[in-house]
Amino acid sequence: MSIIFERPRSLTDKPFHYCPGCTHGLVHRLVAEVIDELDIQANTIGVEPVGCAVSAHDYFDIDMQEAAHGRAPAVATGIKRVWPDKVVFTYQGDGDLASIGMAEIVHAAARGERITTIFINNAIFGMTGGQMAPTSLLGQVTTTSPHGRDAGSAGYPIRVSELLATLQGAAYVARVSVHDVKNIARAKRSIKKAFTTQIEDKGFSIVEVLSTCPINWGMTPADSLKWLQDNMIPYYPLGELKVDGEGVINR
Amino acid sequence: MAQKVLIKGNEAIGEAAIMAGCRHFFGYPITPQNEVAEYISKRMPEAGGCFLQAESELAAINMVYGAAGAGARVMTSSSSPGISLMQEGISYIAASELPCLIVNVMRGGPGLGGIQPSQADYFQATKGGGHGDYRLVVLAPSTIQEMIDLIVEGFDIADQYRNPVMILADGMLGQMMEPVVLEPKKRIERQLPAKDWATTGCDGSRPRNVINSLFMIPEQLEQRNLILIDKYKRIEQNEVQYQSIDIEGSDVVLVAYGTMARIARTVAKKAKELGISVGILRPITLWPFPYDAVAAIGDMPNVKAVFSIEMSAGQMVEDIKLGINGKKPVYFYGRTGGMIPSPNEILDYICDVLEVR
Repeated sequence: MSIIFERPRSLTDKPFHYCPGCTHGLVHRLVAEVIDELDIQANTIGVEPVGCAVSAHDYFDIDMQEAAHGRAPAVATGIKRVWPDKVVFTYQGDGDLASIGMAEIVHAAARGERITTIFINNAIFGMTGGQMAPTSLLGQVTTTSPHGRDAGSAGYPIRVSELLATLQGAAYVARVSVHDVKNIARAKRSIKKAFTTQIEDKGFSIVEVLSTCPINWGMTPADSLKWLQDNMIPYYPLGELKVDGEGVINR
Repeated sequence: MAQKVLIKGNEAIGEAAIMAGCRHFFGYPITPQNEVAEYISKRMPEAGGCFLQAESELAAINMVYGAAGAGARVMTSSSSPGISLMQEGISYIAASELPCLIVNVMRGGPGLGGIQPSQADYFQATKGGGHGDYRLVVLAPSTIQEMIDLIVEGFDIADQYRNPVMILADGMLGQMMEPVVLEPKKRIERQLPAKDWATTGCDGSRPRNVINSLFMIPEQLEQRNLILIDKYKRIEQNEVQYQSIDIEGSDVVLVAYGTMARIARTVAKKAKELGISVGILRPITLWPFPYDAVAAIGDMPNVKAVFSIEMSAGQMVEDIKLGINGKKPVYFYGRTGGMIPSPNEILDYICDVLEVR
C-alpha cells in the first residue's frame, strides 16, 4: 500500500488553533509543501507576525523568530544579512503588514531584500476581534466601522501588491486567492515562485493571499468563500503583478 | 603598547565595535551620533561585515533583533529620541534573551529637545524604558579610551548573559576627540556560552530553535520572568563596576558618571584650594548600580554630605538616596536641556550647602 496523501514534513503534528473555516491553516500547508518540494526545510528560517499567526512556530517545523507587530520584514532583514545563503520568509496579516508595518514592508521591498513575504489579506484584524484593517473594503462592517467603512472618514483600502510592484527591488509580486481548488493550486505555484525568486537571488518577493475570516466577518465558512470571490476579488484583482523584476501589467 | 591616535568619540565607538568582533550594524541617522554610522559604513565592509542604514529606528532595532536571534554579534547606535523609538524592540530583545549592544549618545530632551549633551535618559536606560520587567546592563564611560574598553566588554557581557547591553554616553563624549590606544586596555576573560539557541536553519541534528516572547498562559509567563529575574540577580552580584577617587577621609563625596565625572575631578581640585576635601564615586555600571559602594559612604564618619551632579533634572540622585538610605544628607546639582554645569557653579553650590565662604 502506498501513501497518497500525508502531512508535509515541514509541518509539525500539532493541530491548528485557527477558527473553523479560517484559511490560515490551508496557507500554512501550502508554504510547508513548497518548503518540502524545494527541499529547504533545514535551510529555512521563518518570521511570524503579531496576529492570528503569532504562534506559527507551533506548526512550521523550522527555526523561527517572532517579530513585534509589523516589524517582521526588519527582523527577516537582520536574519538574512547574517545568513545570506539561508531562505528567510515572513508570514504576515493585513493589520501587521499594511497598517503598523507599512514602512518595514515598503523598505524591505525597495532594498530588494532577498526575503519572501506571505501576506494574508482577509480585510480585517482577526486576532483582536474584527476591527477595521487598511484593507477592509468600503462599506465593510467591522467592530470599529459599525456602519460600514466610510471613505470620508477612514479613507480607502490599500492595494498592497500594486503599491509594492512599483518598487524596483521587488522581483516577484503576486496576488492569489484560496477560495476554491483551482485558485489554491495557483496560490501554491505563486508561493513556490516567490521562494524560488529568493533562492535565485533576484530580489524581494511577496505573495498576497486573499483569505477569509468567517468568525469576524460573521459568516459561515462557505458564505465567506463566496464573499471573498464576490467582493474582494473585484477590488483586489488576482494575478502576477511582477515576475523576475519585470512588471506584468496584464492580469 | 600601541601608538596613540587622536580620534573622535563617535568614531571610536565604531572602531571598538569592529575590534570586538561585531560584524553587523543597523542604524538610522540622528545627531549627535551620526559619525558612528558614517564611520562604520566605511569600515564594516573592509572588515567583511554588514552595515545597513535602516528606514527608521524601529526597523533598526528589529533588524538587530533578527540578527542577534540569528547568532550574530550585532549593534545599533542612536541618540535620545531615537532610543525612545527603539524601546519596544529593546523590550522584545530583553524578553527573548538576545545579546546585542545599543549605544545611546544622549542629547537634551524631552521631546525633540536639542542636540547638546545631556544625561536625562538615565531613568529610561536603568529603570526599563520599554514595557515589562526587564533590565539592560548600562555602561557609562567617561573617556573615549574607556568607551573603547566598555564596548568590547559590553559585547562579552551581552553574550555571557544573553542580555542587551547599553552604552550610555552623551553628546560631549561622542563629539570630542582624545588620544587613545586603539586596543582594549583590559579584557576580562569570560566564558562565553555557545549560541546553540540561534536560528541558523534546523537540519534535525538539534531541536529546532524559536526566538519568541509570547506566553499566553500566565503561569508560563511568570516562569519566564522568574528566569530573567534570576539572571538579573546574577548580573547584580557579578558585574558592578565603579571607580572611587579619594573618598577615604573626604569631607564630601560627589557621585557622577560620564562627562560629569570629568567635571567632578576639576571641582575636587578647586575645592582642595578652598580647604574642602572632595572624594568622587564614579559609577561605571549604572545598572547594576553600585549601591554597596554608595552605602559604604553612608557609614564614613567624616563625610558631611553626598552630592549627585548630573546633566539632568535629577535622576541618578534617586539611586544614591536609596544607597545612602538616609544616613547622610544627599544633595543634587544639575543643569539640563543640553547645558553643562561648570566646575565653578558646582563648587559654589557645595560651598553654599557646607556654608563655607
